[in-house]
Amino acid sequence: MTYAADVAALARKDLLLELRARETLPAMALFVLSALTVFHFALPATSSDLAAKGLLWVAIVFTALVGLQRAFVVEREHGVIDGLVLAPCDRSAIWLGKALAVLGFLAAVEVIALPAYSIFFSPVDGPTIAAVALADLGICAVGTFVAATAASSRTRELVLPLLFLPLVIPVVIGGVGASVAGGSARYLGFLALYDAVFAIICWASFEYVVTE
Amino acid sequence: MSLRNNRLAAWAALALGLSAAALALIFFVAPNDADQGFSQRIFYFHVPIALTAYGCFFVGAWKAFRHLWKGDPTADLESYVAIHQGVIFGVLTLATGSIWAKISWGHWWLWSEKQLTLFLVLFLFYSAYFMLRFSVDDGPQRANLSAVYALFGVVLIPISFLAIRLAQNYIHPVVFTRHGPAFHGTILWTFCVSLAAMLALAATLYRIELTGKRLDSRLRELRELLA
Repeated sequence: MTYAADVAALARKDLLLELRARETLPAMALFVLSALTVFHFALPATSSDLAAKGLLWVAIVFTALVGLQRAFVVEREHGVIDGLVLAPCDRSAIWLGKALAVLGFLAAVEVIALPAYSIFFSPVDGPTIAAVALADLGICAVGTFVAATAASSRTRELVLPLLFLPLVIPVVIGGVGASVAGGSARYLGFLALYDAVFAIICWASFEYVVTE
Repeated sequence: MSLRNNRLAAWAALALGLSAAALALIFFVAPNDADQGFSQRIFYFHVPIALTAYGCFFVGAWKAFRHLWKGDPTADLESYVAIHQGVIFGVLTLATGSIWAKISWGHWWLWSEKQLTLFLVLFLFYSAYFMLRFSVDDGPQRANLSAVYALFGVVLIPISFLAIRLAQNYIHPVVFTRHGPAFHGTILWTFCVSLAAMLALAATLYRIELTGKRLDSRLRELRELLA
């Protein structure tokens, strides 16, 4: 099997599991709607649309976190990860397959979240959508990596947000910049740079996370 | 063992001598700043401490790289100790930066100050390093996970710096420009001695902690043998 076929098989496995069990996606969708509702009451009536734009990014990051908490549950509980590590494929394929599956979940949830945001707060414009798409890549690349790291530790769910949030602060800066500031091109460029840099180091170092 | 002790003593003596020289230069030789007056002298502490913290993080990442690349058996502990020192100096950077911000701009914290914000991000990141390290059992996996995370740190530093720079206006004084340092003479000398003193201090602390940690693990091995 080629590398691409391995990755596709692994991503397909996760999407198939989700289609049958329907656990993560509904939870993420409900979470993002609840978060947006909470934000409505957290914002004073006189606050600007710009503040709400910032909160959209908070919602996206924390929704991704909800999905990432579940990302390696099956692998851990049923010992799948040992099988995957022993399988005759490149270990980075495990990361790439999982990251693609998480990206699928996150994109599906955003299909609900962005329209909901435009109804509740203010319409989303082109640069925001582009920034969300670029940010998703970085969030899923880094998030999947730290989710695998956290899954190897004793304090799994506890340590994941602590590992994840400092790493995605640049994504939030780039995303918010593209949504609220003029001249969104440089922020989008920055997000693309972040995606490329972190995707490469996650891809190159994932082997050390799952092997001893 | 005695040779190692001697080296440690030499480092400690060097750190002490340089620190004394730096303090003398800072308080008796360096001129008062025309704009900020006496309080500007905190610059000779704040900037060397910050640079030392960066140095520690880079040493930590370098050792982590050696662990992953060469399988160097001592590199994991060395990487951990370097990052530990880096976090201590990072906290000092936040504290001195905060004091300086209060004196110069009247606020304890300014988000528009890029370096302080960057150090806050790094502090959060490296604190999570300890959370991760202490929630994995001692062994090759812990060494691998810690090393990979430490390597992420040196990638995060420039990326975060770029991000914070993109996000903010420019209130923080820039002393090193592309045309070389913007100060000369006594000020430059005082700064260099302060920096050397901080680096020597960090190297000494690094060696002390490393010796302690190695003794600790050897003691544990002996206990396990006897048990």
